[in-house]
Amino acid sequence: MNNSVAKEKIISLRKKRSLEDMRFKYYGFTAMCLSLAVLVFLLYTIFSKGYTAFQKTIVLLEVDYDQEVLKLTPDSSDEEMEKGKFFRVKKQAIENFFPDLSKSDIKLVKKLFSINVDNEIKHYFLDNPEVINTKQQIWVTAHSDVDQLLKGNSRRDVPEDRRKLNDIQLSYVDQLVEEKRVKQVFNNFFFTKADSRHPEIAGVAGSFMGSLFTLFTVFILSFPVAIGASVYLEEFAPKNRITELIEVNISNLAAVPSIVFGLLGLGVLLNVFGLPRSTPLVGGSVLALMTLPTIIIACRASLKAVPPSIKEGALAVGATKTQAVFHHVVPLALPGTLTGTIIGLAQALGETAPLIMIGMIAFIPNIPTGLTEPSAALPVQIYLWVESAERGFQEKSAAAIMVILIFLFMMNAIAVFLRNRFERKW
Amino acid sequence: MSNSKILANGVDVYYGSKQALFGISMDIKEKEVTALIGPSGCGKSTFLRCINRMNDLIEICKVSGSIKVDNEEIISEKTDVVSLRSKIGMVFQKPNPFPKSIFDNVAYGPTIHGLVDSKNDLEEIVHSSLKKAGLFDEVKDRLNEPGTSLSGGQQQRLCIARAIAVNPEIILMDEPCSALDPIATAIIEELIDDLRLNYTIIIVTHSMQQAARVSQKTCFFHLGELIETGETNKIFTNPDNTKTQDYITGRFG
Amino acid sequence: MFFWSLVLIAVGIFSSFIYGRSRIKLNSKKQGTKSKSLPNYYAQYVLMWCLFPALIVYFSWAIFQEQIIQNIVISNFEFIEGAVYNEGLLLAEIRNVANNPSFADGKSIEIINAASHYSSLRQISQISFYTSIIIIMLLGALYASQKLKPEFHAQHTIEKYIQYILIFCSSVAIFTTIGIVFSLIFESLRFFAEVSIFEFLFSTEWYPFIPIREGQTAAEGSFGAVPIFAGTFLVMVVAMCVAAPLGLLTAIYLAEYASPRVRKTVKPLLEILAGIPTIVYGFFAFVSVAPFVKAFGQSIGIDASPTSALAAGMVMGVMIIPFISSLSDDVINSVPQSLREASLGIGANKAETIKKVILPAALPGIVGAFLLAISRAIGETMIVVVAAGTAPNLTGNPFENVTTVTVQIVVALIGDQEFDNPRTLSAFALGLVLFVITLFLNIIALQIVKRYRERYE
Repeated sequence: MNNSVAKEKIISLRKKRSLEDMRFKYYGFTAMCLSLAVLVFLLYTIFSKGYTAFQKTIVLLEVDYDQEVLKLTPDSSDEEMEKGKFFRVKKQAIENFFPDLSKSDIKLVKKLFSINVDNEIKHYFLDNPEVINTKQQIWVTAHSDVDQLLKGNSRRDVPEDRRKLNDIQLSYVDQLVEEKRVKQVFNNFFFTKADSRHPEIAGVAGSFMGSLFTLFTVFILSFPVAIGASVYLEEFAPKNRITELIEVNISNLAAVPSIVFGLLGLGVLLNVFGLPRSTPLVGGSVLALMTLPTIIIACRASLKAVPPSIKEGALAVGATKTQAVFHHVVPLALPGTLTGTIIGLAQALGETAPLIMIGMIAFIPNIPTGLTEPSAALPVQIYLWVESAERGFQEKSAAAIMVILIFLFMMNAIAVFLRNRFERKW
Repeated sequence: MSNSKILANGVDVYYGSKQALFGISMDIKEKEVTALIGPSGCGKSTFLRCINRMNDLIEICKVSGSIKVDNEEIISEKTDVVSLRSKIGMVFQKPNPFPKSIFDNVAYGPTIHGLVDSKNDLEEIVHSSLKKAGLFDEVKDRLNEPGTSLSGGQQQRLCIARAIAVNPEIILMDEPCSALDPIATAIIEELIDDLRLNYTIIIVTHSMQQAARVSQKTCFFHLGELIETGETNKIFTNPDNTKTQDYITGRFG
Repeated sequence: MFFWSLVLIAVGIFSSFIYGRSRIKLNSKKQGTKSKSLPNYYAQYVLMWCLFPALIVYFSWAIFQEQIIQNIVISNFEFIEGAVYNEGLLLAEIRNVANNPSFADGKSIEIINAASHYSSLRQISQISFYTSIIIIMLLGALYASQKLKPEFHAQHTIEKYIQYILIFCSSVAIFTTIGIVFSLIFESLRFFAEVSIFEFLFSTEWYPFIPIREGQTAAEGSFGAVPIFAGTFLVMVVAMCVAAPLGLLTAIYLAEYASPRVRKTVKPLLEILAGIPTIVYGFFAFVSVAPFVKAFGQSIGIDASPTSALAAGMVMGVMIIPFISSLSDDVINSVPQSLREASLGIGANKAETIKKVILPAALPGIVGAFLLAISRAIGETMIVVVAAGTAPNLTGNPFENVTTVTVQIVVALIGDQEFDNPRTLSAFALGLVLFVITLFLNIIALQIVKRYRERYE
């Protein structure tokens, strides 16, 4: 083959090769965009499904606080008022909600209201006791089925037997809309109430507090232990078999599936040590063990980053090794460790499976106030709501996801802030 | 003639299997400045770090032989390293102030050794140490600012003040001026000259001029061996050994 | 008890500290010598002798109190002849009555007696708890105060104690592993006492429904885990089919083609993807991807189940993308620049350099990354719990509903947990399998990556 032929061949190949190069680059670019597109789509899905949960539907109800029905008098004491027969007032109000209702119609109308209406009627009265023997127009919470219908989450065009609201109820709702006796307002229940069987009064306050208590436990347990372990391994440990074993152990522990930690919590913390089930104490302990490797890795990295000259300076003025390490090296490694800890806590916040294993999946309708009280946690709450058949819970789960994502975002922002603020260039 | 403060006899140092120092013997007199010179990697810093046992930090480092400080053996298991180091201050190549306030930098030593009982005493020590290091006038208004905010030369003097504050008898200086500009260097050299009155100083230096300017005795190291030791004047004008001659005339190094 | 005992301990350590400090000052003044260490070290010494015994008492009480009380109550319970009792329920009932007297209405006299017995025992326990904490703290302080002499080198002792504490901290990781291994093996052995290990590993029938009450002669459950393993494998394969190409190509693009600005923006975005809790992916799979898969299946004439391996696997793949891309990115970046230059220097273009030089050089690292990703996929729980289904199904069709190891663990442990039931115990056997496989994958992957690193360092 002579030279010129070879050259020609190279030139003809060059075009093809550069095309191939372009194509390959394009593949990479597409892959990246696809991954990011999924992220956007995911966030969009959550937002579009969840934003409606921040509003609730309320209905205008005329309530007659008749003293006969209430079995109260204007002079009744507070305690007596507490025990007033408000359910009878409510019953009456619903009977008169639309003119000329038959018995079966009343049953249907009743289902348009939330179970919480009794409570709202009662509280309105307790706040304004002077309304006794008057008729009041009160906005009360609508049933989740009405709420979902008006938000457009459940559809009207499916056959009646597969709908929550039948045709008569639909016509009632339409009438209410027409008479402007129904509107949508900010859903305060979502942020102030714990879980409930009724979507319209279910909120994230309980699980949020549960998550906070859990994270608190994680922090209290894992932060000092992780620092102790890192300081030992980085500064004091002799280079021997045992140290190596510990290090291998930590790196493998970091990759053990979270559900296995849940089994550990169940098998050891609950069954052997008999700690109280479903509590943030146990959940936090399990997650602390899970988070430990993350914090240790971060802490060791920041200990390594402290220049040895600082330690030498302390040793040279006669500090013992322990003093040099704890007076100078550890404080300098703290910001980095804290950053790692927050990232570890953010992971722990989203962990679901281990909490299910130790029973934090129980239905807890009140807001926990301590570490040893049964409580839910945000991710488990999301799981429970995703699994619920009721339509009304789906928007709740998406909204709870928004809450948890915002929480995560804030934690990461704090971590980034800490890193930028305290990171030292040596 | 004053007494010998430090007496080294047959000091060998190994890094793992590699021998770094070969049978160093040396006699260092009280209240004198002794300069250790030699090309880089010759073992002068290693020897310096034997004197306050800073070599302990390096796990693979093994020291044998004998070094006596005030007639007390220090290369031994029984040596109380902490009190040894409080007796022998050290200043490092790169200024390494703690990332704390100027005051806390100097106060750290006295505090951990319990040299003071009251806040006033501590202040007294900090001020006098800073004065001895010739830094007080420059920083007296900003003792609470971080030590790292000072200039390089000031930082190095802060480190000297920090070493002085624990009231040592010996100060080891490991190329204290190598990271400084000429003006800061001159100030430190002047300071060394002042400190000589109260402290025994051993200085490792790269610069022969510096050795000539500040020291009374000079020791020349080469490839882990102590080639020659003697009066500084003599070493720089009329060395016995040809290697020393070659080094100080700049033929290698 | 929780809060006030902590306050008690806090008060104890505070006063012990003050006491130690003043005592040593006094002693050294009396002897006219300076103490060997600073006064604070003596104070810390007393403090430690106060704190640690108290903590030991505290934790042993917290752990054993309830069980001991329950045992006493049960052993004194006046069982009525012939009646069948469930100990757990009985205890719950007794506790309820004891904690809330209004529940006593309509309960049998035995229960009410037991409840009052229970409350009185609790009271005794509380009182003795507080007294023993106080006594143990005093004893500790007393012991320590004998050592408060100027010639005692408290700092040495304290530093020794600190070493012990640090060693304890680092051994927590070991204890965790031991705890995991032991609890898994122990419960699995109980499981294999009832179910043969061969049936578990090789049989294809998984009907974990065991008669709950005695005398019920329903069909014996069968515990062949093959369909579960197959389901896990199928979901993992789907996930890797999504994650491997996307993750690797993204990594290549970021490492070799992207401008620094693109890299700087895309990497944190991918980290967001990695930081999203898995339950969120589960939700996403459930509400968006699964219906889409079902519709897609119908459009090409396949009857897809509403929860399918495909939906769960695809979403899991998305979850793993950042994992693979960041690991591969590291690996590709650690290929020496000289190799790149050598290839580009003889006129190869970028794509050729990547395909012919960089990827082969980085292959071990990438394989390691994939293995780690696989281990992640196998251990992932929430996505499959929500989106894959719970019924075992031995199939290779990704449109069908399958179940995985993690799902079965969750299913077995939700609800009533009686530990004498093979169904509950099967969770631990499955957990053991999961643990062993992921551990195995990890060790191999870490070895490969480590060896790869060493080659280029």
